[in-house]
Amino acid sequence: MTREKSSASLSGAFYALLRRDLLLAFRRRTELLFPVIFLLVVVSLFPLGIGPGPQLLARIAPGVIWIAALLATVISLDGLFRSDFEDGTLEQFVISGHPLTLISLAKICAHWLVAGLPIVLLCPLLALWMNLPVESLGVLMLTLALGTPVLSLIGSIGVGLTISLKRGGQLLSLLVFPLYVPILIIATAAVMAASDGLPYTQFLGLLTAGLITSVTLAPFAAAAALKISLS
Amino acid sequence: MTTETAIQNKPRKNALVMFIHKMGSPPWFYNFSGKLVPWLWAVFCSLAAWALYLGLFKAPADYLQGESFRIMYIHVPSAWMSMMIYTSMAIMGFIALVWRIRIVEVLAMSSAPVGAAFTFVALASGSLWGRPTWGTYWVWDARLTSELVLLFLYLGVIGLYNAIDEPRKAARAACLLAIVGAVNLPIIHYSVKWWNTLHQGSSISVTGGSNIDPSMLWPLLIMALAVKFYYGANLLTRARVRLLEQDKRKAWVRKVIGEDKS
Amino acid sequence: MLTASQINFERYFEPVFQPVNFELNSGELLLVTGANGCGKTTLIRVLADILHPTSGQIENQAAGMAYVGHYLGIKDDLSVLENLRFMRDFLGTSNRDCADVIRQVGLSRVAEQQARTLSAGQRKRCALARLLLSETELWLLDEPYSNLDLEGIELVDRILNDHLQSGGACVLATHGAHRPEWPATRDCFLVSGAVA
Repeated sequence: MTREKSSASLSGAFYALLRRDLLLAFRRRTELLFPVIFLLVVVSLFPLGIGPGPQLLARIAPGVIWIAALLATVISLDGLFRSDFEDGTLEQFVISGHPLTLISLAKICAHWLVAGLPIVLLCPLLALWMNLPVESLGVLMLTLALGTPVLSLIGSIGVGLTISLKRGGQLLSLLVFPLYVPILIIATAAVMAASDGLPYTQFLGLLTAGLITSVTLAPFAAAAALKISLS
Repeated sequence: MTTETAIQNKPRKNALVMFIHKMGSPPWFYNFSGKLVPWLWAVFCSLAAWALYLGLFKAPADYLQGESFRIMYIHVPSAWMSMMIYTSMAIMGFIALVWRIRIVEVLAMSSAPVGAAFTFVALASGSLWGRPTWGTYWVWDARLTSELVLLFLYLGVIGLYNAIDEPRKAARAACLLAIVGAVNLPIIHYSVKWWNTLHQGSSISVTGGSNIDPSMLWPLLIMALAVKFYYGANLLTRARVRLLEQDKRKAWVRKVIGEDKS
Repeated sequence: MLTASQINFERYFEPVFQPVNFELNSGELLLVTGANGCGKTTLIRVLADILHPTSGQIENQAAGMAYVGHYLGIKDDLSVLENLRFMRDFLGTSNRDCADVIRQVGLSRVAEQQARTLSAGQRKRCALARLLLSETELWLLDEPYSNLDLEGIELVDRILNDHLQSGGACVLATHGAHRPEWPATRDCFLVSGAVA
């Protein structure tokens, strides 16, 4: 491609794609609810399986909520590139000459807005169910706000790699869960530290570092993965 | 075969460049590695036998752990190899992706099962070692947990490679995943280590003593060297078989099979 | 504008077609023909930079490419107009009015309908409208005539003529039922498999 891509046309493409993905998500809004309902159901299973002892629930609350968030994210991830891959839109994106990295980033942003943000907004309810101390609720929300974008970003690489498979969803969880380990550890440690009245800002710093790193690296890897999947 | 024409077109350069070009051609690689493989196996067998003899018969029993410390001679080299092979797989994966060299793709993908096997051995031997040391087969010790996550990473690479039909596309996808995993590996390693200290799971480290007696250390080092030859031998053997299978309709394979029969 | 030398693509370690060579200049049409399964789609996808050739060189100096393939890249949940508006904003190159382009391809009556209600031929026309919006120099068309009625086939020929007349170039793969008429046409007959 020799055509010069000005930054204006790139940001235009970015916002056009973001707007379109949000519009598409809105047109299929009932499907948006599935991961959210899934999240609620998974969290509600824990008191049922473990017993309603408030002390124990409060102790495991950060872990339970975060693991439920991981599961809900992975469930919603498959839709990230699926329809664009199957109806040929992705090929149109490639041939447009716009960098696939930018396209991936726009789609990841849209995915987080429709799948990650609801988790952050719902977490007060989950914290209430799990008897999490009110003081640590703010920290939980912060870790989710910083961590769920990372889940979408890292997940996008896994989706890019498995998109050409008919049943990529099952493999996807195997690919991305090991990569989610550090985020899970740091985020739950932050909430637990807050519950115990210990300093937690360093954990939030680590999460921010993780977010910045994955924003800069993951879209490139996702783009490379998509390019391989198209071949 | 593009690589062969590439060789013919290139003027004679220095020996290293020529070697790399030649290594890119499947028949040449097949023949070259065929000569190398028996030696690698032989070196591995003799080194391993020597290390096991020293480790199992010569080294004295540990004053704390008794005879069970001898599991170390399997566990520690396997754990080292599991990390090393993942790194080498990711490096080869990077080379394969950037320069699209088929042999390197094959080598990277042949590394995965070997590495996964070492990881499994490290986990199994670690858990056997844990029984006399901690009184239980499994403890969420930082080392074991890291190895477990590493095993999942290996399984992901192998799973992805086998799930995609077209072999070169599968190899490229799995190579990319290996690279992503390798970038994450140090982060996973340190976060797990740190998680372990945070939760105060176990304070006993398996490979505790820092000043270890030389008679106990030497077998370990020899074993660590031996398994590197094992990796080389196993890797090349796998890569050769994979190349034969992939090129089964090509003339050079027919020639090789014909020669083997006669 | 587009030069291909000795390009080849391997799948399952077998070349899909015999090495392809051609040179395409502005105002020229390259007609890719050949039997079913000879790799026409693969060749187009290689030229589109979606697939990486196993060997050979492609030199592309065109100002932008547009592609119409088997999967048209039309969103079922959006209307025809929304689909085209998105593509126009996404490509960011065209000042053309979407409604005007829709009229040109004869979809005015269904412009506000969701794309899922369209017939195969109407979808193809929608893809052609996108082609017009793209305002690119090089068009890569994979079986553009399929699913179209006679009027649609004429439409393809008409927009193709306009494109070539204005200095564009086009690679068109077809199984040969219909051949566009254009004086500066080059032929590329694909043969499947390796060189015997």
